[in-house]
Amino acid sequence: MYEFNYRKVDSVDAAVEAIQQADDGKFVAGGQTMLPTMKHRLASPSDVIDLGGIAELVGVCVEGDTVIIGAMTTHAAVAASAEVQAAIPALAKLAANIGDPAVRNKGTIGGSIANHDPAADYPAAVIALGATVKTSRREIPGEEFFTDMFETALEEDEIITAVTFPVAEMAAYMKFENPASRYAIVGVFVAKTGGEVRVGVTGATSCAHRGLQLEAALGGQLDASGIDAVELPVENMNSDIHASAEYRAHLVKVMTKRAVEACAQ
Amino acid sequence: MNEQGIGASVRRKEDQRFLIGKGNYTDDINVAGQTHAVFVRSPHAHAEIKGIDTSAAMAASGVVAVLTGEDLAADGIGPLICGVTVTSDDGEPHRAPAHPALAQGKVNYVGDHVAVVIAESKSEARDAAELVDVDYSVLPAVTGTRSAADPGQQQIHEVAPGNVCFNWPFGDKDGVEAAFAAAHKVSKLDLVNNRMVTNPMEPRAALGEYNTGTDEITLHVTTQNPHVHRLVLSAFNQLAPEHKLRVVGPDVGGGFGAKIFVYAEELVVGWACRKVNRPVKWNADRTEAFLADAHGRDHVSTAEMAMDGNGKFLAMRVHTKANLGAYLSTFGTMVPSYLYAFLLAGQYATPLIYSEVKAVFTNTAPVDASRGAGRPEATYLVERLVDICASDMGLDPAEIRRRNFIPVDAFPYQTPVVQCYDSGDYPAALDKAMELADYDGFESRAAEARARGKLRGIGFSSYVEACGIAPSAAVGQLGAGVGLWESAQVRFNPTGNVQVFTGTHSHGQGHETTFAQLVNDQLGVPIENIEVIHGDTAKTQFGMGTYGSRSLAVGGVAISRACDKLVAKGKKIAAHALEAAEGDIEFADGSFSVAGTDKAMSIGEVAFNAYVPHSYPEGVEPGFDENAFFDPTNFSFPAGTHICEIEVDPETGVVEIVKYSAVDDFGRLINPMIVEGQVHGGIAHGVGQALLEGCSYDSEGQLITASYMDYAMPRADNLPSFDVDYAPTNPPDNPLGVKGCGEAGAIGAPPAVINAISNALGVKHIDMPATPENVWRAAQQATAASA
Ligand SMILES: Cc1cc2nc3c(=O)[nH]c(=O)nc-3n(C[C@H](O)[C@H](O)[C@H](O)COP(=O)(O)OP(=O)(O)OC[C@H]3O[C@@H](n4cnc5c(N)ncnc54)[C@H](O)[C@@H]3O)c2cc1C
Repeated sequence: MYEFNYRKVDSVDAAVEAIQQADDGKFVAGGQTMLPTMKHRLASPSDVIDLGGIAELVGVCVEGDTVIIGAMTTHAAVAASAEVQAAIPALAKLAANIGDPAVRNKGTIGGSIANHDPAADYPAAVIALGATVKTSRREIPGEEFFTDMFETALEEDEIITAVTFPVAEMAAYMKFENPASRYAIVGVFVAKTGGEVRVGVTGATSCAHRGLQLEAALGGQLDASGIDAVELPVENMNSDIHASAEYRAHLVKVMTKRAVEACAQ
Repeated sequence: MNEQGIGASVRRKEDQRFLIGKGNYTDDINVAGQTHAVFVRSPHAHAEIKGIDTSAAMAASGVVAVLTGEDLAADGIGPLICGVTVTSDDGEPHRAPAHPALAQGKVNYVGDHVAVVIAESKSEARDAAELVDVDYSVLPAVTGTRSAADPGQQQIHEVAPGNVCFNWPFGDKDGVEAAFAAAHKVSKLDLVNNRMVTNPMEPRAALGEYNTGTDEITLHVTTQNPHVHRLVLSAFNQLAPEHKLRVVGPDVGGGFGAKIFVYAEELVVGWACRKVNRPVKWNADRTEAFLADAHGRDHVSTAEMAMDGNGKFLAMRVHTKANLGAYLSTFGTMVPSYLYAFLLAGQYATPLIYSEVKAVFTNTAPVDASRGAGRPEATYLVERLVDICASDMGLDPAEIRRRNFIPVDAFPYQTPVVQCYDSGDYPAALDKAMELADYDGFESRAAEARARGKLRGIGFSSYVEACGIAPSAAVGQLGAGVGLWESAQVRFNPTGNVQVFTGTHSHGQGHETTFAQLVNDQLGVPIENIEVIHGDTAKTQFGMGTYGSRSLAVGGVAISRACDKLVAKGKKIAAHALEAAEGDIEFADGSFSVAGTDKAMSIGEVAFNAYVPHSYPEGVEPGFDENAFFDPTNFSFPAGTHICEIEVDPETGVVEIVKYSAVDDFGRLINPMIVEGQVHGGIAHGVGQALLEGCSYDSEGQLITASYMDYAMPRADNLPSFDVDYAPTNPPDNPLGVKGCGEAGAIGAPPAVINAISNALGVKHIDMPATPENVWRAAQQATAASA
C-alpha cells in the first residue's frame, strides 16, 4: 500500500466535497475490493474518503411494493433482513452467497455495484428486477447503470445512496461459481415483475446485461422450453482458464433454465 | 491398552497453544533493531540482466542496504545446491546449472531473485524495491514440459544442452520389449500429472540475527529440517561454520514438502544480517509464495502394459518427461527418478518394468517434493493404466487388481524396481474397502442417479508408497548426499519429568503428542509430564527432519531405542537401591520391581537417584539421559485401497464426490485420531489435485494462477465425509511395527477420483484437474460417440 490521506465523513455532502477537493480521491465502503487492490499496489488514491460514518446510507426498508436498500448496507444485513426475505427472497439468497462471512460482513451493495466487477452477483439482480440506482445527484435505471467492465454511469464525485428494487412476483438467481474465487463464472437472475419476465446476466461478458435473446425465448412466461434453441453470440463471451467462451455461453442457458425452474417452484 | 499409550486417541497436546493464538511462528518473532527485507524479483521468465542501478533505491527513505548477486559473489557465498545425483544415460551426472541466490547476469523464471532491499520498515523496503532499476534484455521463454527438450527450443542453461537435466533409463529394456512382443494384449495411456503449488498455510519466512560478540548467526526459518538447513548453509553456501550457525524452525504452519528445501531468501537473510550487522526479517506474501516456492509434480507420460489372455500383467513400460523448473531445487532430481520409478510396481507382481525419465529445464519455478513426491505420480500412472487394462480386457477393475496383486504369501517381495516390500495384504484392504463402499450396491445407486439426470461413477485406487526414505546406505548408493537415519534423546529431569529431543520436525503432524504417547507406553510417565522438543539446532542433536512420512517410522524408533537404554540403566540403579540382583529387576508401567516381591521403585525415583547418586551402583554413570540413532534396514511400505464414488452433472460438468472410502495399512497406529486427520488431509490434497488445482504458466512464462482468485484449493464443501478404516499388517523391518501415514491420502486419492469420473462418463481418460469445463466436454464427446 502506498501512503494516502484518510477521511471519514458523516454526510453525503461532506463526502462529495471531500472528493472534489482531493487530487485523486476514492470513496471506500466495505473496502473488500478497494483494500486488496491498494495492498497489491494496483491503486494508489491520494485520498480515501470513508463512507462508513454516513448513517443515512445504511438500512433496508419496504415502501409499498418497493424494497429500498441503502448503499452502505452490508451483504450480511441484506441476507439477514426479514423484509428482503419476505419481499424478494431471491435477493436475500444472492447476498447470502457472496464471498465468505468476512466479505459479507464488510462488503456493501453500493460498493459492489459501483465497482462493477463483471463477475459480481448484484448486477444481475439490479438488471433483472428493474431496480433504480439512487445517487447523490440523480436516479439511474439499473439497466443503464453498468456500462463496461469495472465501469458504470457514475461520475467521479457521485455517490450511490440507495438501490430501490420493485418487488417481483417470482424471482430466482442461479450462480455458477468459479471454483477458485467463488465469484460468478456465470450468474443469471430471472424475475417476473408485473407480467414481464426479465433476465439479468453477469459473469458471461465484460458487462452485466439484460439477456434479451433469452427473454424473447421465454416470451414473458416462466417456461424454459425454448432456451436450448437460443444461440448466444460466443464471440461476446469472456474466456479465461476457468471457462472458455463456448462453455460460458452454454452455462448462461443452463443457469437460465434452472433459474426459471426455480421461479416456477 | 493404556489410556495415553500406543493406540489411544488422546487430544493433541500442541493444539492448546495453536487454538488460543499462542503459536510461535517465524513472523511472530520480532527482535530489537530488526530491519525488513524485500526481494526484487524478475518480472520476466527469461532475460539477461544488462545492469542494475540501485542508486535511487539506496537514497530512498529508511533504506539500510540494497544488495545484488555481485555482493553475494564478492563475499564468497556459494550457490544453492541440489543434494541428489542422478546419472544420465551418457554416464555423466545430471546437468547442474549454477543456482545463485541472487541473479548473476541472468534471470530464468518470473519471481527469480534479482536483488534485496533492506530497510527500517517493510513498506519502506517495498517502496525502495520499486526504485531498483534493472535493465533486462528479454529472451524467449520455455514453459512446456512436453516441448522443452524439442529441437529448436530456446536454450536456458549453457551446461544443459537441449534443456535436458538428465535422461534416465531404468530397468530391463530388452526383457520388456520381448514381453510386449509376445503379449496377448497391450494397453496404453498418455497422461499428464498436473503441476501443483504446495500452498502451506503459513508462507515462508526468515529472521537472521548476527552476534558480533560470539560471531554466531541465528536463523529462524520456516523449515521442516533445521539441521539439514544448517548443514547445507554451512558446508555448501559458506554462510558460517556449523558451530557458529544456529537454525531454528519454530512453529511452522504446514510444509507438505515445500519447506524442506534451502531457498535463496533464507540464505540471503542469513548472509545479509551479518553484512549490515542488523537483524533482518523477511516474510513472503502469498504472491511470492505462488511465484517462488518450489512447485510439485508436472509430468507428461506414456504408460503401456503388456498382458496375457487372463489379464495378468507381463511387463510395463513408461516414458516420462518431468519438468524441474528453471533451476534444481534441493532434492529436485530425486523426485522424478528414485522416488518415482522405484514405485512403478505398485501393488502388482508385474515381473518386468522399464522406464525412461527425461528431466527438463523450463523457465518456471523450480519443482521439487510436494506431499508424496514422485509416489503420487507413479501411483496415478499405474492406477489409471490398470483401469484401462481392465476395460480393454473386459474385466471388473477390482478383479484385474486381484488377479495381479502381489500374493500375501510372497512377502518379503522383491519388485523388479529396487524396492523390496516387507509386508502387505493387498486383497484384505481391497475387500474391506469394497465392503465399506458398498460396491455391490453401486449399480442401483447409479440407476437412481440416472433417474435424476446425474451420471454416477466409482473408481478404485490400490496404492503402495515407500516411506521413511532410508536406510542411509541405500540412499547413499543412489546418489543422495546425506544419510537418512534419525536421532533422539530422552532426558529425565531430577524431578521425574521428561524431555524428548527429536531430530524430526513437527509442522502440523502432532509429534508432540504421538511421541509423548510412545514414551508413555514404554516408560509409564504421563504425557503431561513429557515435553517433546524439536526444531532448534541449539537444543537438539543432529537430525534429518520431517518428510517422506518418516518421523514415526524412523524418528519414533530412535526415541524407542533411547527409552530401552533408560530402562536398562534404570534396572542397574533400581537393583542397587532395592538390594537385588540386576537380573531380578522387572520393569512395567513406570515401576522397577524385584521379581516375586512387592519391593519396587518408580522410574521417577530412579531418575532422582541417578542425579543425586549418594548411594549408587559402582561403575554406573550418574544422570538419566540417553540418546539413540536409528538407521532402518528398509523403507516402510504403507498401502491401501481407496474407492471414490462421484456424480457428474452432465449439463455443467460439475463433479460431486458423494462417497469416499479409504482402507489403509499403516501398520500399528499410535494415535488413531491423529492418523485419521492425516488421512483426511491427504485425501483433501489428492482431491484438490484431481479436481481443482492446476498451476499454469502462459507461453511467456507468466504464472496465470498466482493467487487464490485463480488457483483453486479444495475446501470443506468440495469433500464428502470420509469413511476411513484400516487393514494393518505387521512390517518385520520396522521395530515399532509402524509404516507412516502422512502422504497416503495425497497418493491414493487422485487416481480414485479420476477413475470414478472416467467410469461415470464412459470415457477412457480425462486429465487432471477435471474441471467442470473439461468434464462437460468429455461428457459431450461421450454422448456424441454413443449416439
Ligand atoms: C474474498 C472475496 C470474495 C468475494 N466474492 C464475491 C462474490 O462471490 N460475489 C460478488 O459479487 N462479490 C464478491 N466479492 C466482492 C465483494 O462483494 C465486495 O464487497 C464488493 O465488490 C465491493 O464492496 P465494498 O463495499 O467492499 O466496496 P469497496 O471495496 O469499499 O469499494 C469498491 C469500489 O466502489 C466504490 N464505492 C463504494 N461505495 C460507493 C458508493 N456508495 N458510491 C459510489 N462509489 C462507491 C469505491 O470507491 C471503490 O471504487 C468478494 C470479495 C472478496 C474479498
